[in-house]
Amino acid sequence: MDLLDFARGPALQWAAYILVAGTIWRIVGIVLLKEKPDFSEPRARGGLGAALKVIYTRSFTADPFKPATMYPKMLAYVMHLGLFAVVLLFVPHIMFFEGFLGFSWPGLPNNAIYVLGVAAVASGIALLVRRVTSPVLKLISNFDDYFSWLMTMLPMLTGLIMPLRFGVRYETLLAIHILSVAALMIWLPFGKLGHTFLVFITRGTTGMVFERRGAKT
Amino acid sequence: MSTVDGRHTLDREAERLAYKPPEIRHDKQGDMGTEERIEKAMHHFVKNFNTQTASYLDGCLHCGMCADACHFHVRTDDPRYTPIWKLELFKQAFKREAGPFAFFYRLFGFKKKVTIEQLEEWQHLLYDSCTVCGRCSLVCPMGIDIAGLVSMARHGMFKAGLIPHELHEVAKRAAETGSPLGITPDKFEDRIDWMADEHDVEIPVDVDQADVLAVMSSIEIQKYPQSIAATAKILNAAGEKWTFRLDGFEATNFGMLSGNPDWQKEATMKIIDAAVKIGAKLVVLPECGHAYMALRWMGANMLGKPLPFKVMHISEYLSDALDKGKFKVNKVSKSVTYHDPCQVSRRGGATGAARNVLKHLGVDFREMEFGGDYNWCCGGGGGVVTIKRADPLRRRVFKLKMNQV
Repeated sequence: MDLLDFARGPALQWAAYILVAGTIWRIVGIVLLKEKPDFSEPRARGGLGAALKVIYTRSFTADPFKPATMYPKMLAYVMHLGLFAVVLLFVPHIMFFEGFLGFSWPGLPNNAIYVLGVAAVASGIALLVRRVTSPVLKLISNFDDYFSWLMTMLPMLTGLIMPLRFGVRYETLLAIHILSVAALMIWLPFGKLGHTFLVFITRGTTGMVFERRGAKT
Repeated sequence: MSTVDGRHTLDREAERLAYKPPEIRHDKQGDMGTEERIEKAMHHFVKNFNTQTASYLDGCLHCGMCADACHFHVRTDDPRYTPIWKLELFKQAFKREAGPFAFFYRLFGFKKKVTIEQLEEWQHLLYDSCTVCGRCSLVCPMGIDIAGLVSMARHGMFKAGLIPHELHEVAKRAAETGSPLGITPDKFEDRIDWMADEHDVEIPVDVDQADVLAVMSSIEIQKYPQSIAATAKILNAAGEKWTFRLDGFEATNFGMLSGNPDWQKEATMKIIDAAVKIGAKLVVLPECGHAYMALRWMGANMLGKPLPFKVMHISEYLSDALDKGKFKVNKVSKSVTYHDPCQVSRRGGATGAARNVLKHLGVDFREMEFGGDYNWCCGGGGGVVTIKRADPLRRRVFKLKMNQV
């Protein structure tokens, strides 16, 4: 078994197992903690509708906060959208997903993907610069923040450099790229990248609690 | 027993405006040893962890945006006032003791046990520099209710005997006498008699059966007793069968602000018991913001079942009564703006009530830029107003509100 076979086979397979098991463990660990019932008389309907509303609305910044948060928000948007586009709309990725999903969807031209990928990496770097220069972020950041940044950037960078080759065999570059994806999948459930799924719980919870009060969400 | 840090004495006699606080003053209550304080803090931090708090504490992205929403940070640029940083110890306790991967955090020492020095430092962050106004909760891209977590973190601080001296004394006085300002039932009755006479208004007291129970805050009884007469005039004009009760008149809840759920429950139960005794269908709360949170949204949970009566802030009562035509008001030809109490509006959901009352009054109402739910806090809520050493910081923060107005 060569490196590419290992990356495509056991590495990716075990990474997927760890991703699923770790995610379930983390969610169950949170959900199993006791929740006290709220006996207060509701002013408005909470429930799932309220949760879904805030999951959507909190994606946008309220006007009073826009001036102060515009810059990091824009960077975060570009990084996330770029990341999603590269993962889901790059034709070779779609072919990979088709391999086990059995269906495909239209992708974007490679050039567009490269632009989005570069924009995502540039935003990621700008966010890192902000993290190490802002007094607030320097204070509140920990290992998780920097390691999660690295784990997210590696698949992006290893993917973007593939056409450049640097004299390295395509198969080796592809194997490194897949291994970096596997590393990201393994780390995702354990650190702050867990916001991939936790965001639905935190926003949803706030939606249910505060919409029920008729308060601002 | 509450004692002041011996290195920096508490100047009890100084005028508040002249008060120069020591740079560091970590107050302590009780005579627990260091280890016992840490254990108590951790134990009572952990007691608050449920699905909601766990997802919040596990979900922070460390994006720092909450700093830009916090008046304490905006006015000082001190990164320690970043709202989520005020919860660092609470987060640390969660990850180490109760989180999904707590076992690994403990095994490999990834999250250390909190130290007494940290707890002492966080006394300033959790009490002096947070009014629990919840503005930070609105900016968080993860939707984390940071303000709610601060209130919970205070439980651990209180049980460890590590809260600001003055707030402890006020809360203790409220627990012992029923009022943070030491207003006894006799004194309240005296004030009622005085106001009834002064304003020539009938003020029912200790009626056996009534539909409406009205309660007051000590600050009104002590400093603005005309509120007593005003409340009576309104409820009389609306034709309500109502009463004040001497066994349940205090609306404020410093037990809640100090972080002691036992005192919080005692204060809440006094109102609930009085209302139940007279068969009240409605309890009308005074202006006090945190009183609204304590009874409207937390009262039933203190009781452990739904309240057998409705709870309204005075602005909600007025709004409702005017809409129903229970009484009419004279038009007022003045321009006014309105400062929303954070716990009533932003966190309580009654933002529209006061505006509706102003509409009925026909005033020239001028909403502040980013007023209403996004308003800047006055800086005195959450118990901060009681803490003398926080006065300079509080006044500095108040400037934001002044500028907004």
